[in-house]
Amino acid sequence: MRMQYDNPILSRRAAAVFALPTLVFIGVFLAFPALWAIYIGLTNLRLTGISAIQPRFVGFANFVSILRDSFFHNSLRITAQFVLGSALIGQLLLGLLLAVLLYNVKGPINDIVSSIVILAWIIPEVVVAYLWVAFLDYDFGLLNATRNLLGMPAVNWFFSHPVLSIIIFNTWRGTAFSMLLMGAALQTIPPSFLETADVIGASEWRKFRDIMLPLIRPHIITNAVLITIWTFNVFGPFLLTGGGPAFATDLVSIYTYRNAFKYFKLGYGSAISTIILAINLILASVYMKLARRGRA
Amino acid sequence: MKRALSVVALLLIAALFALPILWLVTAPFNPKPTLGLQLAKPTLRNFEGVFRNPTAVRGLRNSLLQAAAAMLIATPVATMAAYAFSRASFPGQHTILYFLILLSSVVSGVSAMVPLYVLMQTLGLIDKHVGLVMVYVGGLLPTNMFIMKDFVDSIPRAYEEAALVDGSTPRQVLLNIAFPLCRPGMAVIAVLIFVSTWSNFLMPFILLRSASKAPASVAIYTFFNEVGIPLIGLIAAYSFIYTLPVVVLYLIVNRKFGFRFYGGIKG
Repeated sequence: MRMQYDNPILSRRAAAVFALPTLVFIGVFLAFPALWAIYIGLTNLRLTGISAIQPRFVGFANFVSILRDSFFHNSLRITAQFVLGSALIGQLLLGLLLAVLLYNVKGPINDIVSSIVILAWIIPEVVVAYLWVAFLDYDFGLLNATRNLLGMPAVNWFFSHPVLSIIIFNTWRGTAFSMLLMGAALQTIPPSFLETADVIGASEWRKFRDIMLPLIRPHIITNAVLITIWTFNVFGPFLLTGGGPAFATDLVSIYTYRNAFKYFKLGYGSAISTIILAINLILASVYMKLARRGRA
Repeated sequence: MKRALSVVALLLIAALFALPILWLVTAPFNPKPTLGLQLAKPTLRNFEGVFRNPTAVRGLRNSLLQAAAAMLIATPVATMAAYAFSRASFPGQHTILYFLILLSSVVSGVSAMVPLYVLMQTLGLIDKHVGLVMVYVGGLLPTNMFIMKDFVDSIPRAYEEAALVDGSTPRQVLLNIAFPLCRPGMAVIAVLIFVSTWSNFLMPFILLRSASKAPASVAIYTFFNEVGIPLIGLIAAYSFIYTLPVVVLYLIVNRKFGFRFYGGIKG
């Protein structure tokens, strides 16, 4: 918590004027849509036809159909695998590993390695999708070409391992954040702790387990919650697979898009949005609680 | 020994990360580009193709227009709010900040795409640059306001206080002291806003309809010939041109300001 100052530099009135545009923008384009989603979700609003002009109030009918829809169950299951695989296992573990390795290595190698990982993070989403379509292509892709060179058979990745494909894709895409955050966390460890461990001849693994890990644990948990929220809200795999083949990569985000904009069921889509917002709210509340504890 | 092992492991991981990127730096220069990796006699013909294609050029121009507009609106707006939250104290300040952080992580493009579409439709802003830019600004403000607030918090208040004691008017303090001090932070959020708008796919995909307004991220999905075969040379060269500004801006920010963690983490 910051100190309260008796004579602030900015008067209250000026502060209100300064903050107003931000609050209006956020109110109209962020807070209001979130609340409105709940209302639209209770109607049969459609993109076309009579229900587009005169939507009817249908109560919880949309929610009931969603919870009964086997496609929704399918997309929940896939999303759970996707978040577990690409956020908690992929990005978090790989990011932590990279951060620990980079901690020991400074100089140009550090710069090169972190630049490449960060590059994967900043390239625009659509380009990344094309890169992976090319990389995993059955006939020409670099991955199968490499396998051929090693005498292994080519694999039709998107067809045989659809969920794994988007998990690896998203791990590649997002690891930079965890690497940077974990790296920043490691920098907060007093060097003397590790030097003392060196003096008594502790192994690398023991130094990691007994010194680094306990000290950065709060950051690891915060990171885990953050990337869980983000991965849950990712739309990128749509560009890679469109949700297919045969709904095998139909993440909740893609399921929402499909129902609202392909089947024109805006009311139904909005009800799914409400469910996503509720899940986000739970995850974000966990994050806020952790962040508060971290500051106290 | 332990350093050598770390170096080997790092280079191995880096190589794995680099593999998918190789296509982006080879295919655009390939006279007969495929989805595979080939090193042929480099050519710039694919780039000529981009500049001869009206949809491609218009896509880049639209991306520039939308990203620049979002940047020019959101940067000053976020800075003013950040300054207010940092330098003034008013009732409910912490509650507002708390809800802003919560909102920024709860309301994502995916969770809000349906209500945002309905809102834009109600306001008559579907298929309008203005509507898209407003949505961008609303979505980007919380995060960038926090980054900016962290930046302002890191500037000692003594500068402004000294000027006030010396008899400057609040207006003079803002223009001559606060604004110049905030400029490096503003440059950082301006770049962040530009880059995230430039790279966005979902919002223009949903909120725009006419091909003439599509930014590069959407235009790239129209590069097929009459029978639906992707024009790989065009796609590759276009991807390269479209990615370049993002990488350049990142390098500039990284070099001038270092890649620090602002906002978010600290709240």
